[in-house]
Amino acid sequence: MEFPLYDVLIVGGGGAGLRAAIAAAESDPNLRILLISKVYPMRSHTVSAEGGAAAALRPEDSWENHAFDTIKGSDYIADQYVVETFVREAPQEIIQLEHWGCPWSRDPDGKISARPFGGMTTWRTCFAADKTGFHILHTLFQTSLKFEKIDRLDESFVTSLLIEDGRCVGVVALNQRSGRMDAVRAKTVILATGGNGRVYAFSTNGQICTGDGMALAYRAGVPLNDMEMVQFHPTGLPSTGILITEAVRGEGGYLVNNKGERFLKDYVPTKMELGPRDIISRAEITEFEKGNGFEGEYGNYMHLDVRHLGEATIDRKLPFMRELGLDYVGIDIVHQPIPVRPVEHYMMGGVDVDIHGATIIPGLYACGEVANVGLNGANRLGSNSLSECLVFGKAAGRAAARYAKEAKSPSSNPIDALLRDETRRVERTYREATTGTEKLSEIRAEMARSMDANVGVFRTGEGLTEQVNNIAKLRERYVWLRIEDRSRVFNTELTAALELDYMLELAEVMTASALNRKESRGAHARRDFPERDDANYLANTIAHRVEGGPPKLEFRPVNITHWEPKARTY
Amino acid sequence: MEHDHNLTSGTPRPPVTAVQPTEFVPVRVQRFNPETDDRPHYQTYDVPYKEDWVVLDAILYIKDHLDATLSYRWSCRMGICGSCGMNVNGYPKLTCSVHLRDYRKGLTIEPLANFPVIRDLIVDIDDFMDKLRSVKPWIIRELEQPLGAGEYLQSNNQVDQFRQFSQCINCMLCYSACPVYAMNNEFLGPAATALARRYNLDSRDEGSAERLNVLAASEGIWECTFVGECSAACPKGVDPAKAIQQSKFDTVNGFAMGALLRPFGSRG
Repeated sequence: MEFPLYDVLIVGGGGAGLRAAIAAAESDPNLRILLISKVYPMRSHTVSAEGGAAAALRPEDSWENHAFDTIKGSDYIADQYVVETFVREAPQEIIQLEHWGCPWSRDPDGKISARPFGGMTTWRTCFAADKTGFHILHTLFQTSLKFEKIDRLDESFVTSLLIEDGRCVGVVALNQRSGRMDAVRAKTVILATGGNGRVYAFSTNGQICTGDGMALAYRAGVPLNDMEMVQFHPTGLPSTGILITEAVRGEGGYLVNNKGERFLKDYVPTKMELGPRDIISRAEITEFEKGNGFEGEYGNYMHLDVRHLGEATIDRKLPFMRELGLDYVGIDIVHQPIPVRPVEHYMMGGVDVDIHGATIIPGLYACGEVANVGLNGANRLGSNSLSECLVFGKAAGRAAARYAKEAKSPSSNPIDALLRDETRRVERTYREATTGTEKLSEIRAEMARSMDANVGVFRTGEGLTEQVNNIAKLRERYVWLRIEDRSRVFNTELTAALELDYMLELAEVMTASALNRKESRGAHARRDFPERDDANYLANTIAHRVEGGPPKLEFRPVNITHWEPKARTY
Repeated sequence: MEHDHNLTSGTPRPPVTAVQPTEFVPVRVQRFNPETDDRPHYQTYDVPYKEDWVVLDAILYIKDHLDATLSYRWSCRMGICGSCGMNVNGYPKLTCSVHLRDYRKGLTIEPLANFPVIRDLIVDIDDFMDKLRSVKPWIIRELEQPLGAGEYLQSNNQVDQFRQFSQCINCMLCYSACPVYAMNNEFLGPAATALARRYNLDSRDEGSAERLNVLAASEGIWECTFVGECSAACPKGVDPAKAIQQSKFDTVNGFAMGALLRPFGSRG
C-alpha cells in the first residue's frame, strides 16, 4: 500500500496519542497526520483509568500546592520545572476536555467537581464518576473524528522506527489484517504507546501494555529514564489484578487488616487512606508479613470497606466499582468489603524526553506513560497521569507540528531498503524459522512470574541479581522460539512474539536499573538499602542500550528549582 | 531464591496445569483462516474448569496451552475496552464479563454475527467506524466559548440526560443482536444511534439538526420495531433501543417543526 508523506505520525491511540493528534491538527490545518495503533483507538488502555484527572481548578487551590504535592510524591526526583509547567497547564486541559464534551461529574453550582486523592493536600481530582479514563478516551477519539486531516491506520503493529541520517523519518508497521509490512514515511514520529505493565504477571494493565514504544525508542538509540520506578497500586482484586480505584478511598473507604484495624495509622497517620500509593502498598506487604492479612486462594489480602458510604453515594460516585465487585468477585460492595492487595499499575520510567516530548533523535517524540518527561519521579500521585497525557500530549503534538513545518522531506530510496531489511528480519525470525522448540507462552509466563517475585514492592540485591540472570536465560531461550502460526492474516502469535521481544529487553533494563540504585526512594524500596541517599542518588537513572551487552547506566542530577528535598513523611 | 513477601505472596492465577484439574469443559470454537479455509469449521478443546474463570480465561488457556493459532481480540479483561465481544452459545457476550461456571457443560464460541469474519473470532467492524463518524459524535456549537471563560455550566441533572448513552464501549454486541442490521447493513444501527442521541441530549451541543439529517436518512430506522434485542445484549445498560425510538420521534417532530431549516436547532 502506498502512503503519502505524513507531517506527524503518531504511534498509539490512547489519551496521549489522540491529544497529540488533535493538537497537531489544530496548530495547522494543512498538516497531514496519521494515527497508527495496534488496536482500535477506543480499546487503548486509557479506557481503564477510573478515579480522575488532577488539576488545581478550585479557587482555594493553587498551582504551587499541586506542584509541591507532586514533587514530594515523587520523593524529589521529579524535574521541578516540568512539574511547574504541568500544574499550570493542567486546569486548561480539563476545561478543554469539558468543551469537547467530556461528561465530568458536577458540583451543585454546575462546575466541574473534584474529589480527594492520595498524596494530594486538597480536592483537585476531577472525575467522570469512576470511569474517567473511559470518558476521556472516548471524548478524545470522537472529537478526533472531526478532523479530516487525521488519518488512521488501525490494528497495525509498529516493528521498528525508520532512521535516516540520524533523524526519525517514519515507521515500519505490520498490518495485522493483511499480514503485510508497510513503510510509512513521516517528518516526525510521536510515540504514545503507553506503559509496559505486562512484564509482570499481576498487573492492572490490559494485555496490550507491552512497552512497544519504549523498546522502539531504546533500540533506535534513545536512552530510557528511571526504569526501576514502577508503581504498585495498593488496591487490586486478588485473582485478576483488576484495579479498584483510589477514588474508593478518596470518597471515604477504609483499608482494614484481619484484626479489624485501619492499619495505616501506623504508616501514614496524618493521611491514612489518602496516603501515596508506594507507602500504602509497602504497608500492606508489611502487614501481611506480620500475619495481619486475610488468607485467600491467591495469597494475602486486605479489606477495602465502603459500606458506611451508603448505596446512594456508591451508585452515584462509584457505580463501576459495584459492577466490578459483582462481576469479578461476586460481592456487592454496598454490603461487603472488597478484597484487595498491591498490584503492578504504572511505569514512572520511560523514554527520556524534554518538556516538549522531544527525544535526542531529531523528529522523534514521546508522550504519556511511554515517556518519562520528569513529572512523576520515584512515585506518581494518583490522577496525575490522565492530566499528563493531556498536557504533554498537546505539547508533543505542537512541537512535532512545528518541527514538521521546518523539516525537509525524507527521501524514498533508503526507506525502501530499510523496509526490505525489516520485512526479512521478521519473516526469518518468526514465520520461516523452523528449528525452534521454545514456547512463547512459557517464556512470557516465566518472565512475568520472576518479575513479580524479584522486582516487586520490595527488592533485594540478591533477588535483583538473580533476576538479571533469569532475564538473560529467557532471552537465550527466546532465540529458539517456535511460532506455530504460519499464516499472515491476524497472526496474533506473531504479534505476541514481537511484544515479548520488547518486554524482555525492557525487563532487563528495569532490573539492571533497580540493582544499580542502592537506596530506597519512592516506589523503589531496597531491603538491603532501606534509606533514601540524597548524597548519591538525588538523580535519574539514564539507561543507554549497548549492542550485545547489558545497558550502560548513569545518573543524571535532577532539576531542582524552588523545592529543596526534605524528609518525605505524611 | 524466591522472595516470599514481595509483590505476590502466592502466585496470581496459578497455571491450571499445576493444580491438577479434575473437571474439563468442552469449548467448541469456530475457526476460519482465509488463507487456507473455504468456509468456517469448528474445533473443540477441553479446557480445565475453574470456578472463578470468565469465558475469556478459557480462550486464553486454549491459546497458551492447546493451540497457539487461535486468533481473537482482547485487552482490559474488565469489561471496559470493548475488544472481546463474541457469540457464546449464539448470544453476543463480552467474554471477559461472563463466567465459565454458567456454561459448565460446554459452550460454543463464534465470532459476532452480522459482521464479515476476518479470521477465527475476529470480525471487521469498519462499517461501524464509518457510521460512528457519520453521526458527528462531537460537540457542535455556533460559537465556542474561550477556554479562559471556564467550563460550560452543567447540572448533574443535565449530565443525567445523556449519561446513559455516553456509556457505550463500542463492543458491537448490539449490532450482532440486531435483526434489522442482519437484513440491511445500511441501517445506522443501535450504538451509532445511541451516540448521536448522546450528543443531541447534551446541553452543550447545538448540532442536533445536523445529526437529524443522518438519522432521518438512515435506512431501517422504521423497520426497528422496538424489539429491543440491542438493549438486551448491551453489557453496559446503554439501552440503544430507547435511543432509536426517541430518534424516530425527533425525526418526525424535526421535519414537522422545520428544525432542519434552522442551522443549529433551538437548544441552548
